[in-house]
Amino acid sequence: MMIKFNELTFAYRGATPILQSFNWFVQPGERWTILGPSGCGKTTLLYLLAGLRFPTGGKLLIDGDPLTRPRPTSGLILQEYGLLPWATVRENAELGLRVHGFYGADGIHAPRGETPMDFNVLPWLERLGLDRLSDKYPSQISGGQRQRTAIARTLALHPDLLLMDEPFSSLDAVNRADLQNLTLELCAEEKLTLVMVTHAIEEAAIMGEKILLLGNPPNKKPIIISNPNAGKKGYRDSQPYIDLCHDLRQQMEVV
Amino acid sequence: MKKRDVFFAGLAIILFWQISALIIDCNIMPSPFIVIQIFFKELFGGDMLEHAAASLWRVLASMVLSVAFAAPAGLVLGQSKRLNQLFSPVIYLLYPIPKVVLVPILLLFFGVGDLSKILIIFMILFFQILVLVRDQAASLPVELLQSVRSLGAGRRALFRFVYLPASLPAILTALRQSVGTAVAVLYIAELIATQRGLGYYIYFNGSTLLDYPVMYAGVLAMSLLGLGLYFAVDWMEHRLCKWQFVK
Repeated sequence: MMIKFNELTFAYRGATPILQSFNWFVQPGERWTILGPSGCGKTTLLYLLAGLRFPTGGKLLIDGDPLTRPRPTSGLILQEYGLLPWATVRENAELGLRVHGFYGADGIHAPRGETPMDFNVLPWLERLGLDRLSDKYPSQISGGQRQRTAIARTLALHPDLLLMDEPFSSLDAVNRADLQNLTLELCAEEKLTLVMVTHAIEEAAIMGEKILLLGNPPNKKPIIISNPNAGKKGYRDSQPYIDLCHDLRQQMEVV
Repeated sequence: MKKRDVFFAGLAIILFWQISALIIDCNIMPSPFIVIQIFFKELFGGDMLEHAAASLWRVLASMVLSVAFAAPAGLVLGQSKRLNQLFSPVIYLLYPIPKVVLVPILLLFFGVGDLSKILIIFMILFFQILVLVRDQAASLPVELLQSVRSLGAGRRALFRFVYLPASLPAILTALRQSVGTAVAVLYIAELIATQRGLGYYIYFNGSTLLDYPVMYAGVLAMSLLGLGLYFAVDWMEHRLCKWQFVK
């Protein structure tokens, strides 16, 4: 699964383009974080990748094909409000499978191949430590548990691309670190390509092997920072990590 | 609310009624015990059951019809800004009109049969459900819709998995809130040009036969009809929308 932004422009009507003739590549299995101040367009970029918004110029190609609607094998996890309030943890985790089952394997709404008939998400709930909460409603569980449910729902669909929009920003520090580690583990286990939007410099440095820095619009040239040690054990406490955070802070002030 | 508290509240009301009857000591205020006796006698030996069935049928038919028409209309308006902009002013004007004043007009157009009575209750429930379902559908967080869309959901799946379940509490809340008004308006509608229904039964026994205990039994029956429907909707809400009541 390869992503290519080819001379891509995106502008909301009457506003300065957020991206202008923007070129960017993501190789399969890479873990990217997109960092930038509020209003820089990082969420818009994620929505473009999710097929929920479309370029106003240029092309967004995934595996060589233009993206015209949400891909059945991309998973999107948002900061909040992603779960159905009337459904239990288990029912929420099953939702993606049920949507795919609803349409059948049409290749548009669900991947071609077999229509999911088995909506068993228990292994995922167990993997994410939610099995005891499977009959609880979202209002009965913590923010961290809600995000775990959203992750279970997405991973149950076996995606190849995981898109996350500030998924942990409303969590406390301990929960945030916990879920960051879990996401890194799951990306490795499932061989996922990850694109995570964040406004937190520390999170960008911990999660992204590559960091795309966006500034105030229009963004014309991608600023990419390589961070090959991200995700390795002990990186959180290492000097290179602290130096990188420092660098990123300085660069953010410039852009 | 605890069942025990409701039970004691009911007892307190009966006690208050009994004390009032003792103080007033006149045939226009019979004791609740006499009324309850007559209620059962009329229900199983008299013709009250037939009248109650006519009233119940009218309310239930209106409820089913109003849900069938208002819920889809509310969902469409809630999803489409353009349609909502078009119809909002019309709803804004029609919604607050006390529908009961339309009874004479409906009688002119639809005659004295069941249809005019069903239609008047339908109109009350219709607007209440329409507005609540529309607002509920329109207030769904964009993030929720986007995240379900990202799972592959198109229009049909969004409808099935998001809009439909989201509108259920709105429908039940609207029914619960307006079922009392519906029964009140039914009473008015049944006063006019009919010989079936609890409204007629109350009026006929009170004003023509001057049989006050039977009239009171009719009032009790109509109150129980309203109360029963309220409890039924409330029960459905607790059963179908469990998530709203969890702690």
